[in-house]
Amino acid sequence: MNQAAPAPKENMGNPIPRVDAGLKVTGQAGYPADLAVANVAYGVLATSNIAKGRISALRLDKARAMPGVLDIVSVGDMDGVDKPKFGNTGASSIGPLHDRTIFHDGQIIALVVAETFEAAEEGAMQISADYTQETPSASFDSAGAEMEPAAGKSPLFKEDVNAGDFEAAYSTAAVKIDQTYSTPTQHHNPIELFSTTAMWQGDKLTIYEPSQNVTGWKIELARQLNIDPVNVRIVSPYIGGAFGSKGPMTARTAIVAVAARRVRRPVRCVVSRMQAFNTQTYRAETRHRIRIGAGKDGRITAFAHEGWEVTSRPDPYVVGGTSATGRMYDYGSVLTRVSLVHADRNTPGYMRSPPETPYVYALENAMDEMAVALGMDPVQFRRINEPQKEPIGGKPFSSRSLINCYDQAAEAFGWSTRDPAVGSMRDGDWLVGMGCATAIYPTAAAPCAARVRLTADGQVRVQCGSHEIGTGVRTVAAQMAAERLGVDIDKVAVEMGDSALPPAPVSGGSISTASVCSAVLKACEAVREKLFVAAAGNDGPLAGSGNAKLDMTNEKVVTETGKSAKLADVFKAMQIGAIEEYAEFAPNGSSPEALKKLYAGQAEFHGGDQDKDSVKYAFGAEFVEVRINSYTREIRVPRMVGAFAAGRIMNTRTARSQLMGGMIWGIGQALHEATEIDQRHARYVNRDLQDYLVPVNADIKAVDVILVPEVDHEVNPAGVKGLGELGNVGTAAAVASAVYHATGRRIRDLPIRIDDLIT
Amino acid sequence: MRPFVFERPTNISAAVALVSSFADGRAPTQADVQFIAGGTNLADYMKLGVARPRRLVDLNDLSEPALRQIRISDGTIRFGALVRMGEAADRGDVKRHCPLLAESLKFAASAQIRNMASLAGNVLQRTRCEYFRETSWPCNKRVPGSGCAAMEGLNRQHAVLGTSDACIATYHGDFAQALIALDAVVDVEGRHGTRQIRFAKLHQLPGDTPDVETDLAADEVITAINVPFSEWSRRSRYLKIRDRESYAFALASAAVALDMDGDTVRQARIALGGVATVPWRARLAEEALVGKRLDQSAAETAADAAFAEAKPRRHNEFKVPLGKRTLVRALIETRDMKV
Ligand SMILES: Cc1cc2nc3c(=O)[nH]c(=O)nc-3n(C[C@H](O)[C@H](O)[C@H](O)COP(=O)(O)OP(=O)(O)OC[C@H]3O[C@@H](n4cnc5c(N)ncnc54)[C@H](O)[C@@H]3O)c2cc1C
Ligand code: SF4
Repeated sequence: MNQAAPAPKENMGNPIPRVDAGLKVTGQAGYPADLAVANVAYGVLATSNIAKGRISALRLDKARAMPGVLDIVSVGDMDGVDKPKFGNTGASSIGPLHDRTIFHDGQIIALVVAETFEAAEEGAMQISADYTQETPSASFDSAGAEMEPAAGKSPLFKEDVNAGDFEAAYSTAAVKIDQTYSTPTQHHNPIELFSTTAMWQGDKLTIYEPSQNVTGWKIELARQLNIDPVNVRIVSPYIGGAFGSKGPMTARTAIVAVAARRVRRPVRCVVSRMQAFNTQTYRAETRHRIRIGAGKDGRITAFAHEGWEVTSRPDPYVVGGTSATGRMYDYGSVLTRVSLVHADRNTPGYMRSPPETPYVYALENAMDEMAVALGMDPVQFRRINEPQKEPIGGKPFSSRSLINCYDQAAEAFGWSTRDPAVGSMRDGDWLVGMGCATAIYPTAAAPCAARVRLTADGQVRVQCGSHEIGTGVRTVAAQMAAERLGVDIDKVAVEMGDSALPPAPVSGGSISTASVCSAVLKACEAVREKLFVAAAGNDGPLAGSGNAKLDMTNEKVVTETGKSAKLADVFKAMQIGAIEEYAEFAPNGSSPEALKKLYAGQAEFHGGDQDKDSVKYAFGAEFVEVRINSYTREIRVPRMVGAFAAGRIMNTRTARSQLMGGMIWGIGQALHEATEIDQRHARYVNRDLQDYLVPVNADIKAVDVILVPEVDHEVNPAGVKGLGELGNVGTAAAVASAVYHATGRRIRDLPIRIDDLIT
Repeated sequence: MRPFVFERPTNISAAVALVSSFADGRAPTQADVQFIAGGTNLADYMKLGVARPRRLVDLNDLSEPALRQIRISDGTIRFGALVRMGEAADRGDVKRHCPLLAESLKFAASAQIRNMASLAGNVLQRTRCEYFRETSWPCNKRVPGSGCAAMEGLNRQHAVLGTSDACIATYHGDFAQALIALDAVVDVEGRHGTRQIRFAKLHQLPGDTPDVETDLAADEVITAINVPFSEWSRRSRYLKIRDRESYAFALASAAVALDMDGDTVRQARIALGGVATVPWRARLAEEALVGKRLDQSAAETAADAAFAEAKPRRHNEFKVPLGKRTLVRALIETRDMKV
């Protein structure tokens, strides 16, 4: 065991290295744009440079005349193809080549297909357009932006949650705050660029594209192209950075498929990093007003959280994190309201912890302010307001280890050494600040299917159309099968990332481990059942063991009393070579339609705040130390500690890695990341990694992850709470409170930069 | 990417001949031809369509050994034009004689880029102004007379010193600040022969012609950079303040070398990065220090002098206090160096 492979504690699995680790670090893992394709032609996008208006003329002649250019798909070339739909699987309802309206900057206006990438790129540069321009609305404060209540506009956000009489409680509270917070626009910049490769064989279409939802995409792409879904296959064996960016399918996929059909060749389109800022989904900017009222004893009596989110003109994308913030503490009364602001921007989409990252940032920064207003230690303030039941529906938590997380993280961090006086801690020329915040993420699961095959020689094959987005889901699925079938993990092969496999839900919302493991578990149980019946049967090698409980270990079926039979012998008795079981898992509370919907690419999520009997969340506590140069004010983060509890931990190595990655991203959200919008033109200006800053190695010093044991049988059969998105919730607020502690400056608008502290 | 002719001459005169051979005998422009060394700046701008030379003359096959050498003699460090940033940053005698030079290189870009990038290419790197980098914006530097999108746009990165009504783009390089502080001299060779240019004269203020960035003609190749040093250049350092710990351009930087007589300043050399349109020698700040005891208040007076003429825009006001504090910190830290 070492730091990367923490020793498992109670209810934790072994830190088995990722089954695909070797392939990844040696460059052999085949990412979709790397997969060799014979006779491939290259596609490059041409995009608009205005944000609002109509194309009056499109000039393609120069591009057509370029040597090597084979074809150009542009506005008007989508006959017989339906427009994309906004929703679970579709990123936006904007069909850029369906009509001449420009909804946002960088909108696709053509795809140039050529013999070489260089010719296609040059062709795309030669395309120009005339526009009838209108003045675009860039964001919240722009003239022409339209505001509406978010509740009911999206199936993901049905209503604003409320409890008790907030106004009355707030007006009489002894101590109160009323503040506004904001988070900036952020863009996905995975190292693996976005890409689509489309290949037709007769009427069969195969797509290689990094995807977090191969089943959903298959159905949606077939709908757009008006073809039978059985003829569509989406292949995405490895994904180099997903975090929501590869969840919804964008308009590009169908456009590349159309191009491949026209040129009768496979077409590969890799989107440049700059174009990805405009053609992919992103996290839109948010604003928050938070009011908290409390008694002098620190007990909160009133909490209000109002949120505003930017979205595109046509689509009501909403994150609505008030569902989590409204249930975080024992508030007494709760008032929440989420509003959407429609502007001339592309439709936003999921980004790691979509609702919680911005909303919990605001809540936790406010909690720290409130602790200061009360003159109370911020950890103690959270302890005082720890709820027995969630305040909205009065339901119990299936499990909640927040205080335990605070205790363990505070101890490891050395919180007791903190002098609470602002600006009191120094190290030479550097001001030292310490802060903390809560992390929360809803625990959900969705229906999932899996096929498991065991052969007489102990080889296991697991098939599931889920997606290895870097979380290690292949590895934990292998671990689950190895454990239940009593074989070494080296004997388990896991196939994923292909819509031809048994369907799995979108790999989003941190549901994959729970959903996939529950389905694999179910299939393994069925395999075991068949083996046990045969082993204990009249002709079986364990005949006569009666009703004794059987188990599998070391490639044997074993009894409680110590008798055992080799797998090979059981198979021999059965006179077969393999057992294969197909299992469908549906979480508690699933509708009768749930499995049908899974095959239709519309997996139902259950858990979180949706269940009748209890609410289900994973929690964590994060502590951060910052150092700020007393003179030039640059901000550095020498260390952070996070303690997290998330039910059964399948693999301590992959779990730690997810949580650590989240905390590191949290540093980026606190101090670096922001897409800059030129408000005059509603255009992004820092569309590359030179100006869109993310932390580099030198910014990340000590990151300590503590896995807190927790047992929760209620969440799902595997007992697993998702933790992929938990780590970066709270980090930014912890940094903001540490900055306050060091300097006395309360920064409420992210990212926190020198600009905020120098004057 | 646009088609272009790629030439690989094997000596300097062949390179100069290639850039001089334009039939009508007129002087070539950057649209006709450009040199390429590491390509870390130029290739980027060619991909973006910002630089569109019809001919590229690659300097990497030039055989003159001096182009790749660092020679130290008689109080001068002579850097060949093709010496890579990484090599110069790591050279022990450079670090010893002029810590400022080595530090300005060490804190620039990333290790990978420093291994590719040449010293001549480094000093000639073009601005990273976001609106310059993208061809769909108006930009006087890229298309003279088209306007300046940064002036009323997002200009957090932009300059507060040396700006004009036409352009406020920052010169982002670090090494150049060390060179201008130490009064370096550049050797160039072109179709009219060889000449030397004082480093301070190499870059041109934007004025009405922000497209004209240097004093070099398109046919002139830099062959070497000469840096005079002496006992006192050992007391020198480069302080760079940026949004993250590494791999970022300066929001503000200060290159400082001090000739001290006990506590008193005999002579000071000061240059400022991240805040000006060209490598920026802060002469008024230097003068303010001469003969003074270098304490906090003297340093602050000098910093005020350095920024007296600053013209901030909407998003870069913070660069004035930040630039001043960076200079003060650099002065005090340089004073306290053990040499
Ligand atoms: C991500 C990134 C981060 C960076 N960060 C920093 C930083 O923090 N600080 C910093 O200072 N720099 C930074 N840089 C810039 C980098 O240092 C320059 O790109 C590099 O030094 C240029 O050198 P080169 O040899 O690659 O030049 P090239 O790209 O080959 O050429 C640049 C220019 O110089 C001309 N040229 C080259 N050699 C000669 C010659 N001998 N004679 C005449 N003309 C010549 C070319 O025609 C061209 O116009 C960064 C660059 C990148 C991409
Ligand atoms: S600041 Fe200079 S480089 Fe930038 S847009 Fe204006 S003119 Fe162009």
